Amino acid sequence: MSKIRWGWVAVAAVPTIFIGYFFVYPVIRILGIGLSELSIGASGVEARLLRVGWFTLWQATLSTILTFVAAAPLTWAVSSYEFKGRRLATALVTVPFVLPTVVVGTAFVALGWRESIGAILAAHVFFNVAVVVRTVSTVWSRIDPRLFEAARVLGADSRQVFRTITLPLLRPAMAAAASIVFLFTFTSFGVVLILGGFQYATLEVEIYRQAVTLFDLPLAAALAIVQLVGVSAALYAYSAYQETRSVSWALDSGSNRRPATGRTKLAVGLATVGTLAALAIPLGVLVSRSLAGSPYARMFVDDPVVGRPIAAAGNSLLFAVVAMCLATVVGLMAAAVITGRRGALSRWFDLVLMLPLGTSAVTIGFGFIVALDWPVDLRATLWLVPVAHALVAVPFVVRSTVPTLRSIEPETREAAAVLGASPWRVWREIDLPIVSRAALVGAGFAFVISLGEFGATSFIARPSTATIPTIIYRLLTRPGASSFGMAMAMSVVLAAITAAVVLALDRARVGDIGRF
Amino acid sequence: MLAIEDVSVSVGDKQILASVDLGVEDSEIVAVLGPSGSGKSTLLRAIAGLVRVSGGDIRWDGRSVLTIPTHKRGFGLMFQGFALFPHMTVAENVGFGLHMNGVDDVGKRVEAALESVGLSGFGPRRIDSLSGGERQRVALARTMAPDPQLVMLDEPLGALDRNLRQRLVSDTRSLLEQRDVTAIVVTHDRDEAVAMSNRLAVMRQGTIVQTGTLEQLLAAPADDWVRQFLT
Repeated sequence: MSKIRWGWVAVAAVPTIFIGYFFVYPVIRILGIGLSELSIGASGVEARLLRVGWFTLWQATLSTILTFVAAAPLTWAVSSYEFKGRRLATALVTVPFVLPTVVVGTAFVALGWRESIGAILAAHVFFNVAVVVRTVSTVWSRIDPRLFEAARVLGADSRQVFRTITLPLLRPAMAAAASIVFLFTFTSFGVVLILGGFQYATLEVEIYRQAVTLFDLPLAAALAIVQLVGVSAALYAYSAYQETRSVSWALDSGSNRRPATGRTKLAVGLATVGTLAALAIPLGVLVSRSLAGSPYARMFVDDPVVGRPIAAAGNSLLFAVVAMCLATVVGLMAAAVITGRRGALSRWFDLVLMLPLGTSAVTIGFGFIVALDWPVDLRATLWLVPVAHALVAVPFVVRSTVPTLRSIEPETREAAAVLGASPWRVWREIDLPIVSRAALVGAGFAFVISLGEFGATSFIARPSTATIPTIIYRLLTRPGASSFGMAMAMSVVLAAITAAVVLALDRARVGDIGRF
Repeated sequence: MLAIEDVSVSVGDKQILASVDLGVEDSEIVAVLGPSGSGKSTLLRAIAGLVRVSGGDIRWDGRSVLTIPTHKRGFGLMFQGFALFPHMTVAENVGFGLHMNGVDDVGKRVEAALESVGLSGFGPRRIDSLSGGERQRVALARTMAPDPQLVMLDEPLGALDRNLRQRLVSDTRSLLEQRDVTAIVVTHDRDEAVAMSNRLAVMRQGTIVQTGTLEQLLAAPADDWVRQFLT
């Protein structure tokens, strides 16, 4: 006879209701609207879906390939060799990845690259190089060096060693990196909205245009369905691949980097300096151009269109704190459920919680405006913005805490229980102290995600609840040099806050930004 | 025959091998015996070309091999821990050297090599499905398959449990003798060294202190340390 543990049910109920009401239910409403639109077969809908879907697909594929090409030299250098500044290089290459997409978009506009496919691809590469470098190099640097030596002794030259040993062993890590980059670029919103002009639109951008600018909700919903199908297919392919291919036992626990000497020193230096310099150019141009015409001072002055820009900074920080608290509490509860019980329920829970990460911020925002009028109309509520941000951030909190909770030996909890601790006390005395550092990192990520979140916010923020990213976008779309100067200044401020938080997290040295 | 003449190896400012001299006749099996950290593995790696030799010469049939890159030396080396390729099947592992050397009938030779170590039919198996003893034999088959002119075994039984080692010692030795190869076996275990070789070379602190059969060494040890180490 198993007794129902009501405390446990309550803990499981909070994340279930949160994800259920704010994510699953809106997605179902979108499906309802979109499927009826598709079944009517309104004129031109299919051609339009096909055109946007095709562009989304090929630009994501091309972005992924180009990202790998751009990341290859640095990945090779940091994986194979130990050299001065290696840690710094891997930290610096991560900076673009943590920057909000509007900042990246603004930086490329500052470079003068607007309304071109080249700008979109370059921004995607800039943003995602870190994913490849970090994901692949953690595996590459840990391959048992005797495997390379064994191949050489058996007659393989260095090219054959790379082709027959290194590359096949890196394939799972490369597949992981490729699917992450593909997902990010497939669901790319801010960058494409800013740099694509009217000519180029991904599904995300088209959903936004149809829903917000043209008020064609059915078409937006149909687009969202195509988006969901594409993303699910990519995620499914990835997880199926991960299960069949695992050679983790060939990995050494330590790192096998050799000191760079002679000719390799030059190649390593070129790879490192070249990559970092290329990444520094857009940011350098952004900062230097933002200094012209004192836009920083004007942030404190009332503007006829966007109000006092600095007020948006207040909104952003307030929302970020609320979203962080929400995401941390819900994420920790979910993590407790996932790790507390073995079996189908916890696996299912794990999967459902990852869904918001897999879909897209735009779908979340769109879902809010079509669905949250029931049972009461929440759409005008101020707190919808941080709720949306928390929804995006929960998977990150779960991802950063679950491994730590899993690492706790069951005997530790059992010992506490035998000594008389109730389940709640066991969690407070054992789990919480151990998981607190990881939870802190998750909270930090939630804060940063909220600060830079643009996709969902662009649907639900009102003028009174504008955040820094939405203000930047409005300034960018308004003609005039002074608006553009202010957009750049706001971007620099947002980038600086984000970088400061991320650097603090990196110093805590518990999280790995490049891992999911 | 293999001739190692006054070979030194340094890694950074640390000297690992200091003027090592050792000759191995054709078809002879020499066991290099010494405590861990004495430089045994480094000696094999120097012969294979995996570490740079800082002084001295290594000759095969009178010709220096130092300028020949590892993959063209044609020596076989079985690594400590076996270093089997985890992403390949047993047959792909054993056939790797044959492919690299452009051999035609790889399939047939792989099957023959597996048969010689008693693993017929193991070809399609995955490496992670093998026991420790089976891995040792796959590694041996992989080393022997391309018919290397010199075979080097680095702690060939190091990681296995005792019962298994006793059986594999005689299996390995008889395989080496059947093939009539020139071989160097590195081990820290005296009984294993004696059972697998014609002659011992005792190594200590990066140099070879004495060579000979166990009887010769026990009858006239070079110093107290050698006597203590062998008894």
